[in-house]
This record gives sequence, structure tokens and C-alpha cells, in this order.
Amino acid sequence: MIAKLTWRNLWRNRRRTLITMSSVTFAVFLAILMQSFQKGIFDNLVNNVVSFYYGYIQVHKQGYWNEQVLDNSFFYDDSLVMKLSGNPDIKGITPRIETFLLASVGNTTKGCMLVGTDPVKENLLTGLEAKIVEGKYFTNNEQAVLIAEGLAGKLKLSVDDTIILFGQGYHGAMAAAKYPVRGIVHFGSPALNDGLLYLPLTQAQFFLSAENMLTSLAVGIHEPEKMPAIQQQLLSVMGKSYEVMNWKELMPDIANHIKADGSSFYIFTGILYLIIAFGIFGTILMMTAERQYEFGMLIAIGMKKISLGKMLLFETLLITLLGVILGLLISLPFVFYFDKTPLRITGKMAEAYERFGFEALFPAAVNSSIFITQSLIVLVIAFLIGLYPLWHVSTINPVLAMKK
Amino acid sequence: MNNTVIDAHNLTRIYDENTIPVYALNSVHLHITKGEFTAIKGPSGSGKTTLLNMLGGLDEPTEGYVNINGTNITQLKGNKLIDFRLNNIGFVFQSYNLIPVLTAQENIEFIMLLQKRPKAEREQRVTELLKEVGLIEKAGKRPGELSGGQQQRVAVARALAPKPQFILADEPTANLDSVSAGNLLDIMAKLNREEKMTFIFSTHDQRVIDRARRVITLEDGKIVSDTTPAPLVHTNS
Ligand SMILES: Nc1ncnc2c1ncn2[C@@H]1O[C@H](COP(=O)(O)OP(=O)(O)OP(=O)(O)O)[C@@H](O)[C@H]1O
Ligand SMILES: [Mg+2]
Repeated sequence: MIAKLTWRNLWRNRRRTLITMSSVTFAVFLAILMQSFQKGIFDNLVNNVVSFYYGYIQVHKQGYWNEQVLDNSFFYDDSLVMKLSGNPDIKGITPRIETFLLASVGNTTKGCMLVGTDPVKENLLTGLEAKIVEGKYFTNNEQAVLIAEGLAGKLKLSVDDTIILFGQGYHGAMAAAKYPVRGIVHFGSPALNDGLLYLPLTQAQFFLSAENMLTSLAVGIHEPEKMPAIQQQLLSVMGKSYEVMNWKELMPDIANHIKADGSSFYIFTGILYLIIAFGIFGTILMMTAERQYEFGMLIAIGMKKISLGKMLLFETLLITLLGVILGLLISLPFVFYFDKTPLRITGKMAEAYERFGFEALFPAAVNSSIFITQSLIVLVIAFLIGLYPLWHVSTINPVLAMKK
Repeated sequence: MNNTVIDAHNLTRIYDENTIPVYALNSVHLHITKGEFTAIKGPSGSGKTTLLNMLGGLDEPTEGYVNINGTNITQLKGNKLIDFRLNNIGFVFQSYNLIPVLTAQENIEFIMLLQKRPKAEREQRVTELLKEVGLIEKAGKRPGELSGGQQQRVAVARALAPKPQFILADEPTANLDSVSAGNLLDIMAKLNREEKMTFIFSTHDQRVIDRARRVITLEDGKIVSDTTPAPLVHTNS
């Protein structure tokens, strides 16, 4: 009967209840959609960032990141492999040797970044093979290069042409050789597209007189959430003579961009919830004022104040709960849709993204925790507001309440 | 054998104590015995409502006390007082007695629910009471669908439902036409006669006063006349 009473009380002022409910619905819908986009974009961005070149974590010789020269490389042997292979959270490790040198074809010479890498492991981390636009991917023992599209254009190179590389190897050794072009790869980022050149790892080490030397290990992991723990673990395993950096440290600009986006989201949802809180509070305030006489009558005939207060709290929670459920239901198809069909943005923002080498796609993440947290937040707000009538009722004097 | 239901001693209620004190009640002594059918009359502002509120434990006297069947309710506070009202005192107010979103039947049942009476008992008593006030066919109607007189009859049934010691009714007929008022009085008198229910009601209406067996007249917060109670019907036989 109390349930019946609560339910019917809800509809005493049908319009007000509907307005309150729909404002809750709208807030929940907006908050869920925004947070889903926030997370979707963030995940997408991070995924882009780590998979376009660096990986989630990189291991270098101590000091390499500040002075990126071959002489700051480290010796890669089985004991090091052993140390790293233990952690099941690590998806894969790509060994690389990287250095700047000159590439020339005919009379044209350009500076470029040579990346010696393990073709299989590189492909696992960055999907390099999929970036081939012409020619083929290379294998471990091949003496051939993959060249970025922009660089190839400047050198007027096509597949099967020969490129001459020369520069400085390990400890000042002379390095010069010529290689056929096996494939041409496309990068979204102009910096990479105009500058990258890949050799199989052993070939690069040989060319640079740096047998078994590496400049970096790029680490791929299964769950992004575990990155801090993995970084910590690597730090302790590797010891002081290595530096272990995560992608945020490797690319602070992008990390900052993502962080700034996050805080503005929190401010926005905060304001949204504040508005909703005032909306619900206004309704509750009007409702308690209107029903003053009735409250007095109920207390007079013998209803305990706490029972009356609880009933009113449930009314508030019920209005909110209905609004929340509706908001959830409405947001579901939107979130699923934008997960499958990301928003594609254009203009300045898109350019900025493309400069980093990312597609300007804004997908929404389907994440049950978002639905749950946003709903809970609104319900907690409603609960706190629902405490007001509880307090109000406790102060009612039935004689005064029933005075007209 | 002591038949006293209410013993009010030296009841005084002062409003605006700090500025110009208004004596809404001034040293009122009052005994109510079981089975009374008593009217309280007096001009507007004479203290009728104040007195009923004191007797019903809705308001605290500035001085004096109210004793109901041996319980000094003036000393009861909070939930104890509310519970005491629930189980011992029936209330009928001038208007808006009922919860507008509950039907007549549910309004009556509601108060027994507050008493945590079992469902079967509640349902049986609701039917019984609706029959007594002649509204069994209106059981499923909400207050808004009932006339003023019917609403007041439901209110009487609700006041009766918890089996209280007595029923207080502050101007129960004030908003009713004379036919409905007469009807309500008939029902109250019948309940008084057949169930020995004690009624204390305030009124301005001479026709209502004429139905009472004891009439207390208030003026400026004092009892200025109190007709001798007629001999109780049930003590005769
Ligand atoms: N809350 C209050 N504050 C101040 N004075 C009050 C209050 N309630 C009642 N009074 C005063 O107490 C006196 C008695 O009022 P009460 O309501 O008991 O009279 P009443 O006999 O019921 O009148 P009516 O026939 O108009 O209902 C009046 O002078 C009234 O102005
Ligand atoms: Mg009055």
C-alpha cells in the first residue's frame, strides 16, 4: 500500500513529475554520451599514439632520450631477453636500432631516420605491413629497405629501385651501402612519412657496425590500464643503466592534450549535474510546500515522521530512477551507433590530429562502467536531495502545518 | 469504577508570550468520561481548537496537563506521542482529512497499516466501517469523487478504525450543508450509542449543539458553562 501511495503521489502533479524526470533523462543521456565519446576518443588516440610508432613503453639505455645517438645504444643478449619475457601482461617487444643518416638516389640526397627492426615483431606492434602502399613487406634476412612514401617521392624512388645510404655507424665507424627498395609505406604523420626508412634488424646492425646493439625496445601490452605497473616492474628488472619511459613521457604534447580534454569534460558534467540537482531540488521544494497540510494531517493521525520522510525520499528516488532508466535506454542505441560509426571531424581539429598521424575519428566507447557510474552519480544526487524532505518533515508541527 | 477517559488539569495555553500574551486557554479543568457525546461551543477565537489540540496531544499546554486513561500525554514526546495518538485518539478535522490519492477504502486501511494490523483484519474492518458510515458502495472512490459529507463520513470511519479511546472532531460539519451535517451527526450518534464511542466535537452550529448530551461553552479561553451530562444510556439498563 505504501508502494501504491508512493507511486500515486508521484503522479499528483503529472506535468512537474514529467519535467523533472525528463531533465534527469536528458542529463543522464548527455553525460553517458559525452563520457562514452571521451573514453572512445581517448582509447582511440592512445591506440593510435602507441601503435603508430612508439608502443606503450620504451626501454633505452640511460640518457638516450636526451641524446639520441648510436653511441647511446645498448647490448642486446639472451639475459636481457630472459629478464623481459617473464611478464604475462606484455604482449610483445620490438627491438630497434635507430639513427639519422643520408639517403641518396642519383643527384638527390635527403636526411632520413633509419629504423632497423625485427619485421615480424614490428608488424605485431605497429602493423607496418598494412601500411604498405606499393611493393611487399620485407623478411628478417633480406637486404632490402622499406621506405616512407613522402621520402620516396622526394627521392623519386619506386619499388625495386636502388637507394644509397651513408652516414656514421657505431663508435664513428663509416657506414655506406646500397639496398633495393622492397616496399613503400604510408604514414599519416608528415614527419614520419617524409623521413622513415626501415631495414631488417640484423642487416641494420651490420650496416652500422653495431652487432647486437639496440637503441630501443618498444613494448606492447595487453591492457592499457596496467601500464603503470608494467613500467614499474620493468624499471626494477632493468636497473639503473636503462631508462623505461611510457608513451606519455615520450610524447608529452599528446598526453597533455588528452588530459586537458578530460578535465573540461568533468567540469561540463559537473555543471550538468548541478543543474539537475537544482531541478530536482526545486521540484521537491514545491512538492513539500504544497503538501504541507497533508503532512500535518498524517502526523496528527499517527504517522511517524520518519515513515513519512522515507516515503518522500522514495518518491524522489523513484522519479530519478525512472529518469535514469529512460536516459540509459535512450543513450544505448546512440553509443552503439557511434561506436560502430565514429564521427569524422574536419577542419583545424582534424588537421591537428592528422599532424600527429591519426585519423580524425571520434568513436564512442561502449563501456558498461560508464552507464553504471553515470546512473549511480545521478541516483546519489537524488538521494542527497531526498534527505531534504526527510529533514523538513522532522521539523513539522502538525498544528501549524494544518493552519490555513 | 472509574470511567474517566480524559482528565485535563489547569490547561493554559499562552500565545505570544514575549509581546502581548494571548490566553488561548486559561486554566481549564475538564473531565470526560467514557461514552460521552460532548459539544464544545463558543465564539470564534474562544479557544475551541486550542482545547481540542491539547486533548489530542497535538499541542503542548503552557501550563497544566492532560491525562488520558492514566497516561500523562503532556510528558510524551516524539514518536511515543505520535504512537499514542495513533492507538488512542481518533481525529476528524474540518476538511481535507483524507489522502487525495487513496480511495475511501484505502484511506481507512492506511491508518490500520500504520498500526501494523494484519491484512485480513484490516480488510474485514474496512468493510465493516464503510457499512457503518453507509459508504460501502463508494469504497473504491477517491476523496475527489466524493461529496464533502461523504468525505467526512470516511474521515469518521478512519478515526474509528484504530479503535481509539475517543474521537476528537474540530468543526466536522463546518463545510457541510445541513442535510449532510445531519447525516454525519446521525452516524456519530449511532456509533456513540451502539459502540459506546466517546465523541468530543467543537461547533458553531446550533443544530449540532442540540444533538449533544453535554455542552461546554468557552469564552476567552475559559469554560463559562458546562451542562450536566445526561445520564448515559448504557448505565440505565
Ligand atoms: N498559532 C497561533 N499564534 C498566535 N495566536 C494563536 C494561534 N493559534 C490560535 N491563536 C489565538 O488563540 C485564540 C484561540 O484560538 P482558537 O483557534 O483556539 O479559537 P477557536 O475557538 O477554535 O476559533 P474558531 O471558531 O475561529 O475556530 C485566538 O485568539 C487565536 O487568535
Ligand atoms: Mg477553531
